[in-house]
Amino acid sequence: MNAAISGWRVQRISAMVLALCVSVHLVTMIVVVHGGLSAGAILARLHGNAAWGLFYAVFVLAAAAHVPVGLRRIAEEWLGWRGASVFAASLLVGVVLALAGLRAVYALIGGPL
Amino acid sequence: MSELDAARSGKITDGGVRRKTPGRRADARARNHPAWWAFLVHRLSGLALAIFLPMHFWALGTALHGAAALDSFLAVTRQPAFVFAEWGLVTLLAAHLIGGVRILLIEYRPWSGLRKDLIALTAGGALVAGLAFALSLTL
Repeated sequence: MNAAISGWRVQRISAMVLALCVSVHLVTMIVVVHGGLSAGAILARLHGNAAWGLFYAVFVLAAAAHVPVGLRRIAEEWLGWRGASVFAASLLVGVVLALAGLRAVYALIGGPL
Repeated sequence: MSELDAARSGKITDGGVRRKTPGRRADARARNHPAWWAFLVHRLSGLALAIFLPMHFWALGTALHGAAALDSFLAVTRQPAFVFAEWGLVTLLAAHLIGGVRILLIEYRPWSGLRKDLIALTAGGALVAGLAFALSLTL
């Protein structure tokens, strides 16, 4: 398969970024989940905070690059769905994830209180 | 052509007699070891996280309609089934993280072999993260 569209390198580079992001995310979740989440507490931590905004934007983009490649491998190996159509579908998944993720980041960082 | 491909295409025969279940014996042996289970856990946890992610983004996006909208969603997630799923996803995320780091170390560092120590670390680390999250939920 063409190296550029196999996604192998995209998968690995995004995994390196995600390893850092997910580590931070796991620790954050364990710290902030105390007795359950509340919108007030989440927005108090994130609203207007550019540093968290940048972190979550990078996190979203890395995930949006990583997820489609993994899903495509599963489609190829387990469903036998190969070729240009599965590549196009995975690309679409990545774009939708990126847009939905950035929308969520905006909602928490720059949305209404 | 691999033995499995040959078997699928019906070209492998045992002394002229086609096997009843071509490739089955080789499959069972190839899969019964820790690295195959590590692969399966990594793939299934990745699939679960990929399915969860759009819902996660949608839920957080409710904050676009104000804190009250996000709070009314969060109220729904306090049901035991949601809390259990949340705990499961945190555990799977930790497993996917540590299992993924194992793959990166095998591929990019000058190490060879299956790194069974890292497979054990994946299981242990996921358990620790899951238990820490569960403990934090109840405190």
